[in-house]
Amino acid sequence: MKTRSINQLVDSTKLAIVVVVACLLVSLIILMVSDQPWVAISSFFFGPFSTIRRIGNILEGAIPLIFTALAVTLIFRAGQFSMISEGSFFIGILGATIVGISLDLPAGLHPIVALLVAGLLGAIAAAIPALLKLKWQVSEVVTSIMLNYIIQFFVIYMINYHFRDPEASSLASLKIATTASLPGIVPGTRIHLGLIIALIFSALTWFFVFRMKAGYEIRLVGDNADFARYVGIRAPLVMVMAQVVAGAIAGIGGGVEFLGMYSRFKWTVSPGYGWTGIAVALLARRNPIMVPFAAIFIAYLNVGSGIMARSSDVGSEIVYIIQGVIMLMIAADALLQGWRQRLVVKSATAMEGI
Amino acid sequence: MTVLSTIFSFQFVDMWLRVATPLIFTSMGAVVCERSGVVNLGLEGIMLSAALMGVLGSAFSGSLFIGLLSGLAMGLFLSAVFAYFHLVLKANEVLCGTAINTFAGGFTVFMLEIVTGEKGTSASIKSMAFPTVDIPIIQHIPVLGQLLSGHNLLTYFAFIMVGVLWYLLYKTPIGLRIRAVGENEHAIHSVGISVTKVRFLAIMICGVMASLGGMYLSMGYLNMFVRDMVAGRGFISLAANAMGHATPVGTMLSALVFAFFDGLSNILQALKIPSEFVQMLPYAATIVGLVLYSIQRINAVKRHKAKSFA
Repeated sequence: MKTRSINQLVDSTKLAIVVVVACLLVSLIILMVSDQPWVAISSFFFGPFSTIRRIGNILEGAIPLIFTALAVTLIFRAGQFSMISEGSFFIGILGATIVGISLDLPAGLHPIVALLVAGLLGAIAAAIPALLKLKWQVSEVVTSIMLNYIIQFFVIYMINYHFRDPEASSLASLKIATTASLPGIVPGTRIHLGLIIALIFSALTWFFVFRMKAGYEIRLVGDNADFARYVGIRAPLVMVMAQVVAGAIAGIGGGVEFLGMYSRFKWTVSPGYGWTGIAVALLARRNPIMVPFAAIFIAYLNVGSGIMARSSDVGSEIVYIIQGVIMLMIAADALLQGWRQRLVVKSATAMEGI
Repeated sequence: MTVLSTIFSFQFVDMWLRVATPLIFTSMGAVVCERSGVVNLGLEGIMLSAALMGVLGSAFSGSLFIGLLSGLAMGLFLSAVFAYFHLVLKANEVLCGTAINTFAGGFTVFMLEIVTGEKGTSASIKSMAFPTVDIPIIQHIPVLGQLLSGHNLLTYFAFIMVGVLWYLLYKTPIGLRIRAVGENEHAIHSVGISVTKVRFLAIMICGVMASLGGMYLSMGYLNMFVRDMVAGRGFISLAANAMGHATPVGTMLSALVFAFFDGLSNILQALKIPSEFVQMLPYAATIVGLVLYSIQRINAVKRHKAKSFA
């Protein structure tokens, strides 16, 4: 066996183990806490497939995760650990809200403008921790997390003080113009044009990372920044570029989610897709083409947990417990490393024998 | 004017120390970890889980001590998971920490709902809190008594821990090992000390500190658990540690600076500024603090280089 196929074998096995462990863990927790565990387990695992509408829910739920996971993928590929996808996504929602409410544009153009503004705001947000690191070597991890909180309060402020619907009893913005909404594409579900956009972005990000010079530089910098520097790549600029592009993608994701699923802004806290995007990106092994599949898997768990929470006595927060475990296991580089090592040695000895 | 007069009041000092307590505890944990060469991004989740388990433990046993033990056990468990995955299974520390935080965010609400039937707070169950302490004699001295006496037991303990950890890091063989591992793990490996064991110990000490910080929030600052009540304090503690050069005293001072803005945001709620901006304050202060610290560090390196050339 070639090393490449050994790697693929070991990685897929690891992925399978992670998925199986995640499912077993769900069942185990349910068995421990529930009075009617079989109702809960079957509604968790099979509920999402029981109606067309629920299958639709999985795909709708995957859309925002695809965008944030693509953003996380780019950032991690560049060896950076900015957590800004969360903030970029949320400020992207704000951008789309503002354009949707204040501008009067024809139907085709309106969402495009809204998404461009959303992406721009997302990129600006992501540039802040990136530039602080470039200029003064401030760790991007903590600044990006702090910035997420600041963005959250800023967005709520903008809605509360400038775009609030005075008639609404709780915090909600004015309704956006119908011209700005993304149309549904599958009758009987709420799946919207955003799914197509998300898939296009996955393909584009794949092309960018694996087929373009800038993407190659990002991977090189992420794998070995010193080496990249020796071969004449301006590593710091590449790191910033990766984060800005990622912020734009996350921002557009926020815009897509909003224009596809909502007619007014109703959040009171940042929705958390950026954090979940980390789990998705890791599950997809930082490969943009795999991101939609990983997003669908996580969205499936989300939908399942929601159905379970409604039809049994087990809370939907169980998904975050599983997500945490999935992230831990996938991040564990040394898991199955011994097996990989033995396979490589075996194939090398076999080659020598020839 | 009213804001200024409030700041120079005993009530403000009292509140300042209240919001500083969790930051001091947790940032002390961050110091020990960082000294051993580990950035523990899971502090946030450890605090949150310990905050909940302290409340649940004390509510069910009717004993503050059992509550304390439950919170510590939870914090140590998560720390051990972090340590095992990071040190043994070689998981990246940022990912490991984020995983712990994700887990904790779900786990706490999940547990809270099972026990109380609610997802927001633990208000419906009666849990214990750490008592406030009046220091004999000092409490009757004017000014001094008002400043020093009548704080929560854990607040005093937090300041004591600064001294204890300073002693541990600089005056004991264990502290020497922790610092040595952080400075040069190959050197310490070459003299036959297990780097993994030393780091594991540091992460566990950190877990105790973060658990105390978390429990203070739910059993001192408030008398109940509220979902997501840590609200970034674990990350702010990491920032305090960075600003304090990972020294116990410097980190304590940085934590006090960040706590000042936290306290200030509590006062400013009364003013006519939009509350969203006031709520941003602690987070914005943390970014500004980190940036100022980094600029100063770069300048120090430049000066050092200039000196060595001269």
